[in-house]
Amino acid sequence: MNSDGGYTIGMPPVASTYGSDIDALMLLLHVVMVAMFVIWGVYLAYCLVQYRARDGEKATYHQAGEKASFIPDGVILAFEIWLILAFGIPMWAELKQETPPADESLEIVMVAEQFAWNFQYAGPDGKFGRRDPKLVSSSNPMGIDDDDPASRDDVTTVNNLYVPIDKPFILRMTSKDVIHDFQVTNFRNKQDILPGMMTTLWFEPNKVGKYEIGCAQLCGLGHTKMVGNVFVKSQEEYDEWFKEELEYKLSYYGAEDGSNNS
Amino acid sequence: MSSEHGHHELSFWRKYVFSTDHKTIGIQYLITSFLFLLVGFSMMMLMRYQLAVPAPGDDFDPEKLGLLRSTLAAVFGENNMPYGFMAPEFYNQLGAMHGTIMIFLGVVPLGVAAFGNFVLPLQIGADDMAFPRLNMASYWVYFVGGVVMMSSFLAPGGAAQSGWTSYAPLSVVAPPGQTIWLIAMIIIIASSLLGSVNFIVTTLNMRAKGMNFGRMPVFCWAQLVTAVLLLLAFPVLQAGAMLQLLDRVADTSFYIPKDMFYGGAVFPRAGGGSPLLWQHLFWFLAHPEVYVLLLPPMGIVAEIIATNTRKPLFGYKELVGSLVLIGALSFVVWAHHMFVSGMRTSLANLFVTTTMTISVPSVAILTCLLLSLRGGQIRYNTPMLFAIAFLPMFGIGGLTGLPLGYAPTDLYLHDTYYVIGHFHYVVAPGSLIALMGGTYYWFPKMFGRRMNESLGKIHFWGTVTAMNFVFFPMLIQGMWGMQRRLADPTLQWHNLPVQGWSMVIGWAALVLLLFQIPFIWNFFYSIWNGEEVGENPWEATTLEWACPSPPPHGNFTSPPEVYRGPYEYSVPGHSSDFWPQDEAA
Repeated sequence: MNSDGGYTIGMPPVASTYGSDIDALMLLLHVVMVAMFVIWGVYLAYCLVQYRARDGEKATYHQAGEKASFIPDGVILAFEIWLILAFGIPMWAELKQETPPADESLEIVMVAEQFAWNFQYAGPDGKFGRRDPKLVSSSNPMGIDDDDPASRDDVTTVNNLYVPIDKPFILRMTSKDVIHDFQVTNFRNKQDILPGMMTTLWFEPNKVGKYEIGCAQLCGLGHTKMVGNVFVKSQEEYDEWFKEELEYKLSYYGAEDGSNNS
Repeated sequence: MSSEHGHHELSFWRKYVFSTDHKTIGIQYLITSFLFLLVGFSMMMLMRYQLAVPAPGDDFDPEKLGLLRSTLAAVFGENNMPYGFMAPEFYNQLGAMHGTIMIFLGVVPLGVAAFGNFVLPLQIGADDMAFPRLNMASYWVYFVGGVVMMSSFLAPGGAAQSGWTSYAPLSVVAPPGQTIWLIAMIIIIASSLLGSVNFIVTTLNMRAKGMNFGRMPVFCWAQLVTAVLLLLAFPVLQAGAMLQLLDRVADTSFYIPKDMFYGGAVFPRAGGGSPLLWQHLFWFLAHPEVYVLLLPPMGIVAEIIATNTRKPLFGYKELVGSLVLIGALSFVVWAHHMFVSGMRTSLANLFVTTTMTISVPSVAILTCLLLSLRGGQIRYNTPMLFAIAFLPMFGIGGLTGLPLGYAPTDLYLHDTYYVIGHFHYVVAPGSLIALMGGTYYWFPKMFGRRMNESLGKIHFWGTVTAMNFVFFPMLIQGMWGMQRRLADPTLQWHNLPVQGWSMVIGWAALVLLLFQIPFIWNFFYSIWNGEEVGENPWEATTLEWACPSPPPHGNFTSPPEVYRGPYEYSVPGHSSDFWPQDEAA
């Protein structure tokens, strides 16, 4: 039993809204799997003892039950169809095919590279500054165009993702070089990140804390070291953090830009 | 000397090296693939040592390395194993090569080429394969492919290191070892294609009189379905590998997308390609490949169970039908490896459904094999122990496939050790156990002598037990979310709670290695010194037991004729408890 009162089987504490649904499914599947294995194993053990060779006895030639042997197949097929229709398709739609409404969630751009995670926050204007691979440099790993007015109030971080609790955040992700994969075990979802295309992943964290980001797709010799952190904060703490970051960013560009573009 | 069939004595080279005899080729494949399995296993031993003790402790003193660490550093060099700890690039090389060797040079050649070559023609009553020279070419092309594959360790930057899956674009920008990997794969696939056409033609055209499809042993059916899978799936990977080779050496851009940034600049020829294209081509092969790894061992298990229960297999038609159905369905499940790959998300529902469907014939096969035990007179010899162990071990492998093939739970488990545990349960305590059983079972036919039973049982219990201690902890680590392919999982604190299991796995792998010694000894000792046996030591019914042990060139002293089905054991009213297929009524 985890700290929320939900049941998990050897999984780390869950920290996202839909995580408990995944855990429930995981538990259901494993209960069924163990039950099948045990029933099946007991019958196997019975056969091995009962039908061991004995002197002077002959094995059965005519064996009935050919039709009955399709029953397990049918039961499993029915169970699997139920799994797909009842949970598989709707959950897949919720987790992967749809995203929460934009006005209720926080959108963050993420650019993965060997071997780091770069995050871009849109700032008060709600617009992400333009990115251009030609502008990439060691001080500008995402290649953000500073001449684009939309980028002036953008905040960027490396390897540290800050998000408020109880609010969905949507990651719009791409990779600069090879394929990476964003995994936070406590959130129970992951997604490959590819160069040349955008993929999306969303979470609604429901527990304050620090969680580790690991890369789950082999990306080269630093794959092991490609780690980061998600800091789930209260809304106030998050706002505070963002304000400081933005002030720092704006002071860096000088006073002529004003406080923001809105 | 022996001129009774018009043969003249063959030279040593023609008889043992460049032989066109399917039995010699089968044994060549058997020994070569077992050697490759040992090589692939040794690589894994190195990796397992690294994973058990991934980093120097606080008391580490580079001046006082232990014997093991200083030996490793000396043997593999300071670049690969500085102070006896593994550099990540070397770990990645061993990981990619372990997978490649075990699958393409180990289990597939063992299950398909070794047993298929030796047993299939005998079981259908043929005097050889349909194309003996093609058969010889298949082995030698495989051998060359294996040598080329191993030689990639000598390339600058080392062997292939992008996983056995070689996902682009990482593989496209990898060091030259990847080019050699691709060339070797193209060669190995060519060998498999030569083998598969030969198997198909042989099975269709060379069956003995009376050997209609309804009387064909399950093993032959499994080989036939497997050969069709190889023929239809392998060319796709071969084409895919050629495109990747062109991307690497001819400046094409099949897998390199627009705006790819690499080595401090926009990659020169970026644009027009798609990393997902490689994944589709790769898995279009690699899922049928799973069944290539699995179906021949299932066939072996069916043969051993029928012989040693002394009764007909339960549901022959259901078994054969399920094999064919699995073969057909295996072509439409590939993208279940790609739920989080970034492919169009709506595709997932289709592939979840096909994946769930393919579990049904797999369950049917297991059900039939299990029910075959019922009412039997089970003889517990070494081959039978391996065949029985296959059932629950493959059961775990199959069951753990359920949360992976089912998209919502795969979101969490994908690319974790759960996947590694799952497919190793299918291939190692599953397929490989069955193949070892097959080795004990057909050894008397190959060499006219039996392997030692006591050593066989030591090998069996040690292997099965150790394998479970190797693979079950991986399911636990994966459930906690430990990712695969990490050179040092302890660099990520979320993995620390399950790191202790890596120590268990490491020791269990060492025990597993030690328990192969009795097998290796038993195999080679028994070739010359085993107990001599006649043509049918197991009192079995199928045709391979109707010719001398070992069978001469041309196999049968007179062309066999088949009068009944393959598993006529304990027929009421028949004098003995087995009624060979070729015995006239």
